[in-house]
This record gives sequence, C-alpha cells and structure tokens, in this order.
Amino acid sequence: MLTILFDGIAYGMLLFVLACGLAVTLGLMNFVNLAHGAFAMAGGYVTAVLMNRYGVPFLLTLPLAFLVPALAGLVLERTLYKQLYTRSHLDQVLFSIGLVFMAVAAVDYAMGSQQQMIRIPTWLQGRVEILGIQVGLYRSFIIAVCGVLVVALQFILTKTRFGSRLRAAVDDPRVARGLGINVSVIFAATFAVGSGLAGLGGALGAEILGLDPTFPLKFMIYFLIVVTVGGTTSITGPFLASLLLGIADVAGKYYVPSLGAFVIYTLMIVVLVLRPQGLFARAR
Amino acid sequence: MQSDTADNVRAALGRRGRWGWGEVAFWLVAAATLVFLPERHLILNEIAIIGLFALSLDLILGYAGIVSLGHAAFFGLGAYAAGILAKNGIGDPLLGLGVAALAAAILGFVTSFLVLRGSDLTKLMVTLGVALVLGELANQMSWLTGGADGLQGITMGPILGLFEFDIFGTVAYAYSLVVTFVLFVIARRIVVSPYGLSLRSIRDNPLRARAVGIPVNRRLVAVYTLAAAYAGVAGALLAQTTQFVSLDVLAFHRSADVMLVLVIGGVGYLYGGLIGAVFFKVLQDVLSAWTPQYWQFWIGLILVLLVLAGRERLTDRVRALRPRSRRGLATDKARPLPTTTAREV
Amino acid sequence: MAAALETRGLVKRFGGLVATDNVTFRLEQGARHALIGPNGAGKTTFINLLTGVLAPTSGQILLEGQDITRLRPELRVQRGLARTFQINQLFPAMTPLETLGLAVSERMGGGHDWWRVIGSKREIVDEIVEIAERFRLTDVLDERTANLAYGKQRLLEIAVAFACRPRVLLLDEPAAGVPEAERHELLATVAALPRDVSVLLIEHDMDLVFSFADRISVLVNGGLFTEGSVEEVSTDPRVRAVYLGESVDE
Repeated sequence: MLTILFDGIAYGMLLFVLACGLAVTLGLMNFVNLAHGAFAMAGGYVTAVLMNRYGVPFLLTLPLAFLVPALAGLVLERTLYKQLYTRSHLDQVLFSIGLVFMAVAAVDYAMGSQQQMIRIPTWLQGRVEILGIQVGLYRSFIIAVCGVLVVALQFILTKTRFGSRLRAAVDDPRVARGLGINVSVIFAATFAVGSGLAGLGGALGAEILGLDPTFPLKFMIYFLIVVTVGGTTSITGPFLASLLLGIADVAGKYYVPSLGAFVIYTLMIVVLVLRPQGLFARAR
Repeated sequence: MQSDTADNVRAALGRRGRWGWGEVAFWLVAAATLVFLPERHLILNEIAIIGLFALSLDLILGYAGIVSLGHAAFFGLGAYAAGILAKNGIGDPLLGLGVAALAAAILGFVTSFLVLRGSDLTKLMVTLGVALVLGELANQMSWLTGGADGLQGITMGPILGLFEFDIFGTVAYAYSLVVTFVLFVIARRIVVSPYGLSLRSIRDNPLRARAVGIPVNRRLVAVYTLAAAYAGVAGALLAQTTQFVSLDVLAFHRSADVMLVLVIGGVGYLYGGLIGAVFFKVLQDVLSAWTPQYWQFWIGLILVLLVLAGRERLTDRVRALRPRSRRGLATDKARPLPTTTAREV
Repeated sequence: MAAALETRGLVKRFGGLVATDNVTFRLEQGARHALIGPNGAGKTTFINLLTGVLAPTSGQILLEGQDITRLRPELRVQRGLARTFQINQLFPAMTPLETLGLAVSERMGGGHDWWRVIGSKREIVDEIVEIAERFRLTDVLDERTANLAYGKQRLLEIAVAFACRPRVLLLDEPAAGVPEAERHELLATVAALPRDVSVLLIEHDMDLVFSFADRISVLVNGGLFTEGSVEEVSTDPRVRAVYLGESVDE
C-alpha cells in the first residue's frame, strides 16, 4: 500500500519534470505545443545512445540529456516556434502535431522501433526497507533529483530577477517591452530550459516509462492532463496535479488493471468540465 | 428603384445557394471514376469515406469554430455500431448506417455540452478525452468489440436488397460515393440556410451573435450533434465496405489525420474535406510505396510547412475561386485540380 | 404606462468594488435619454447588466413592465432590447447584406430553419432593403464588412441592432472614432430613428448629447448622481464640477 504510494509519488515527480516546460509554454505563454514529448524523447535517446554505444556512465549522460534537447528547443524556438506565438490555436496544434509525426518517424528511422534499454547503475538497483516500507532505490533517486528541481524552479520563478521578468513578459509583453525587458530572449530561454527539463525527465524516466519512438504520442495526453488539470496560474498547480496523476495511475494499474486508463481520462473530463481553469487555479 | 434593390438583394442572398459549374463538374468527374477507374475502386472508396469524415469535421471546425482533437470518437462509434449490428445477423447496410448515425448523434449531443465551455485548450482536451475513453472502452469490452483482435466476421447483405458487395469494391465505392454525395448536398443546403448563416456569425463573433438574439449554445449543440452523426455514417461505411473494424478507428492518429485532411483541402467551404481526402490518400499511397515505414515523416513535414506558409492565406485563395459569384472562368480553373490527380492515381 | 426600461435598486459588486451602486432608473416610452458620466463611472457595467452580459448582485431590471433580471442575453434581444457596441462588434467576413439578413431572419424566428435558402422569403428581403436605405448602406451591401469605411461600419453597427426591431435601443457611443467627414451622416441617421423606439444613449460627446437627448442622467462612481432635462443638467453647477469640468481636461 505505502509502496504504491511511494511509487506513485516517484512517477508523479517524474511527470512534473517532464511536463513543467509545457506548463510554462502552454500555461504562461499560451502556446499549444503538442510536440513537447519529442524533447523528452530526445533526452531519453541521448542517454540511451551514450550508455549503450559509448559506455558513458548513467549519471554523466544526464547533463547531456538536458543540454541536447535544450539546444534543440532553443534552435526550434528561434527559427520556427516564435513565428507562431500570435497564430491561432488551431495552427499551433497542426504545427506541433506535424513536428511529432516527424520526430516519431525520424527516430524510428535512425534507431529502430524497438524499446531502448537503459541499464541503471547497480548501486541504484534493488529495494531497501525503510520503516517497514519497501522502497526502490532508483525511485528514491528520482524523487530526490526531481524534488531538488522543483524547489529550484519555484525559487527561480518567484525569487529571482529572471522569474519576475518572465512573469512580466507573460502578463503583458508590450508593457514588459516598454520596461526594457527583452521579451523574446526570455521566451527563448524559458522554452530551452523547459525542453531541457523534459529531456532530463525522459532520460530519468526511460527505465520506468519505457522509451520507443512513439513516446511523444503516448505521453502527450499525460503532459496535457498535468497542465490543464493543474491550472496554469502557477507551477504548484501542475506539481500537485502530477503527483495526483502519478499516484492515481500507479494505484489504478495495481488495483483495477482492467479499467486501465479509463478512470484517468474520465476524471480529466470531469475536472475540465467542472473547473475549466484547472483544479488548482484560484478562482478570480 | 426600390424593387431594383430588392431584386439585387434576393439575387445576392440566393447566390451562395446556387450550384456553380465547377461544383457540377467535380461531382460528374467523381461519378465518372465509377466507370473509368475500375482498378482503383478500393482506394477511391477510402477517399470517399475520409472525405465524408473530414466534411463532418468541417461542420464543427469550419462553420462553428470548435477545435476538436477527438473526432474519431464518433467515427469509431459509428463503425462499431454498424459492425456489431451486421455481425449479429442484421446485415442491411442502410439500416446499419441509420443506427450508426443515431448512436453517434446521441454521443455527440451528450458530449456537446462538454465543449461549450472553456478555452480552445479545454475543448481540445475534452474532445481528446472522450475519444480516449471510448477507445479504452472498446479495448476492454472485447466480448462485444473483439478487443485488440478487431471485430471479425461481419457479413453484409445486399444494398436495398439488390446490390451485393463485390471483391473489386465497385459496389462499395458506388455506395460510399452516393451516401457521401447525399450527405454533402444536405450539408451544403444547411450552410446556406439562415441556420448556417447563424453558425458562421457565431464563429466570427459570438458576442455580437448573442446580441442579435441568437441562442449560441443551442446552435452549437445542434451542429455538433449533426457533425457527430455524419462522422458516425463515415465510420459505418468503412465497417460495412471493409467488413472489419479494429481499435484503430478510435485511435488518436485518426483524429489527427482527419484534421490534416481538412486543413490540406481548406477549412470552411465543405469541399475542403473532399479535396483534402483526395490529396491525402494519393499522397499516402505514393509515400508509403516509397518509404513504407516512414511516410508519417513527410505528412508531418507537410503539416509544418503548411502552417508556416500561412494556411489561411492558401485556402483563402482556393476559396476565392469558389463558385460564389458568376465568375465562371475562375471556377473552371479551380476544379481540374482534384480531377487530374484522381486520374493520375 | 409602464416604462420602456426600468431598473430598481440595481447593484453590482466585483469583490469589494461597487461598480453599480443602487441604481433606480426609468427610460420612458419613446424617450431620447442620454447617460453620461466621467470615465470609470460604471456606464459599461450598467449596459452589461441591462443586456445580461453580467448578472447583478441585487436589484431588478424590467422591460416594458416585465422582469428580465434573470433572462439570458439572447432572450432579452428577442423581447426587444438591442444594443450597439462602443467598439465595433461585427462579422468581418460577412457582407452587410448577410449581417442584416441574419438579424432579420433571427428575429422572425427563422434562425433554426436549416432547409430554406436565406433570400427566399419576401418579407425578409423587403425589410433588409428598408433598413439598408434608412442607414445608407444600399451601395455597400455586397462588400465584405472588413473592407467598409469606418463610418459605414459604425452605421452597420447600429443597423444590425435596429434590424432586431427593438422596443429599446442602447447606443454605446455611436459616434466614437468616426472621422469628421462621415460624422454628419451618422448623426443624421441616429436623429431619424423612429419615435416608437426608446433610445438610451451612452455618450461622451456633449454636442451629440445636447442635440439628441431630451433627458440626461449622470452616473458618478456607479451611482445615479442626478437626472433632469437637458437644460437642468447642463446648467447644474455640480454636474459641471464632476463631469463637464473633467471632460474639458480630457
């Protein structure tokens, strides 16, 4: 029981790291980016390739799993995405679905359609018993890493100059520009960091979520749930939604496997109908 | 003077309702393929079905402005309804269409209330969610749907008790084409009616639409229900003519594909779905013959380029050629596009 | 006789802010009534309450003696309460002809009619022609609304509301932003509105108010400050202080 809760929390933390970039682009910048999962997939493959082909230790691949998607995100933002900020949501949806299709086919072509194996280091394998609860070492590791990231993100967004500039840029780009804030640089940096975090999440989660070319499609809906259900006014909302989703998913698969994802989708619809602004959005 | 203006007004208002030469030519060519392209009837059948499916999406996206990522829900429900009916011994095709349309319409009516509220994003998620829930249901209820193995053992009776389906797909294609044509005519009539005009006004400016006394929500519910029924019929056609239904009919990529089809052809003028279907299917055929596994890459690339090039600008150009005025010359130029591609297949 | 439009103790609060403060107001049958007030006085909120865009915190709204406080916006229009918008709210992709046809056929209850072609009913066509002539739109009927001159768009804005054949017409700054050259045409059509339509005019432009209205109400800080004939209000020193003084500054 508590083990399930623990696994659920680890899963939820992972989802948050994967989705928080989307929470910013979609929630704050109002850009419907269905291709977010492609960046996560990129991170996963960076780790897989480095480990399996070049024998790089797991931990050393993680910075690159962050940097490569971040760089890819930066380039794409500068060249393509920025042209679409002002377009209709339909255009954004079409554009990002197109990117997903391309990413899926390209990875399939380059790497094959099979699942990628990522062997985590031996010191992270196995379980230990703490206070009578079976705890997976790797999942503890994920919780620790993601927990640090969450705290860091919250700090950056609320306490630093960059955070306040980002919020200003999002609230009213014109006013922000008038205040001398370079809005497009802030957007680009945010997009890059969000993509990088997704990549890191993809690398960390490859062992738990699996990694194959259809990753962006399979988890797109989960990311979107996190953001829409969590609401878009802060990052605490998506964080709570991630935890909730993680726990519900793990528990659901354990107790009522026959219902599958059914419960989660239904809950999402109910939440969105009752609270279109998200579960944790403050009523205005 | 007064009556002069009145005549002009009447003529201008009626103009949208009249059939242009280009339109007539379009359907004549489609009918001609029945005779002239016998070896392509299987793929033409698919084109007709996808065209109808995209047409139904156009009703809600192009005329009511609702962005849906889960339109496959209605297509899939229609397919399963018709398939299950036929599997259980009720093989009359038209009855199957009716049942499928009804089932999809009911689902559409119920779920329409979910998409009235919220932003584009919420609508997107809710429509997507409905399709996912349905897909999950079909997967779990394998006693009814055959689950992942698909629904097998569908046997169809003859259409109207007269025409048996043949293995070349000629009867199937004729059947799908006629159904699509009939539904198209109805849709075309609807969009030029006062009701259709009110839909366009809602899409353009819901605030003002309310201020002229239009019950916006009721109109949207009605069109969403109608579009769902259309999609259900398209699904039923697929089930009946291929005599097989798999979970694939409810898959996300089907919702995405139909949106792509509509966008290629252009949103908001009914022919977009049909023209898009021709392009899409031909493209898919060519690409998958060339790179069987990776054709999705090129589809994705086309989408990206289409958006970057300014989708609306492109389709506006096509729409400008539409037979809305007496510019017969221009419309003649617009039509051969799908015609020639259909021949080149 | 019942007032054309009446509010009783109308209150609207947004959190702690009182946007409409206990407004009791009568618009008489056939009136030409102007509502003025400095920026932020709550004129827009008041209109939104009347038309049903916002729900009041408390109080009543009556149209021809009937309570419409809880009625949905489109039903108020069907009962005869139409409005124009301060910023044009038109259908850019439609022609004025289609716009008017839409409004007229909606009013005649044809909006759910999905089988008939729009132009096939004689009485609809006749009415479109009549409205087009009244609002001087005849020569631009078949052009895209987005391509019309601003003054024509402004006329269309009023024409659409008029096509709903209202008993009460709310005009929200009809002349706002209209260039001087097109202004005369607009004012002339507004002045020529038939007397059986009661008009409430929300306006900043004092020339228009004085030439058009026979009564004036002054709204300040969400509450009715004073009301009277044009002479009474224009000579009221307190009104000069709170409003006219400010409008000079603007």
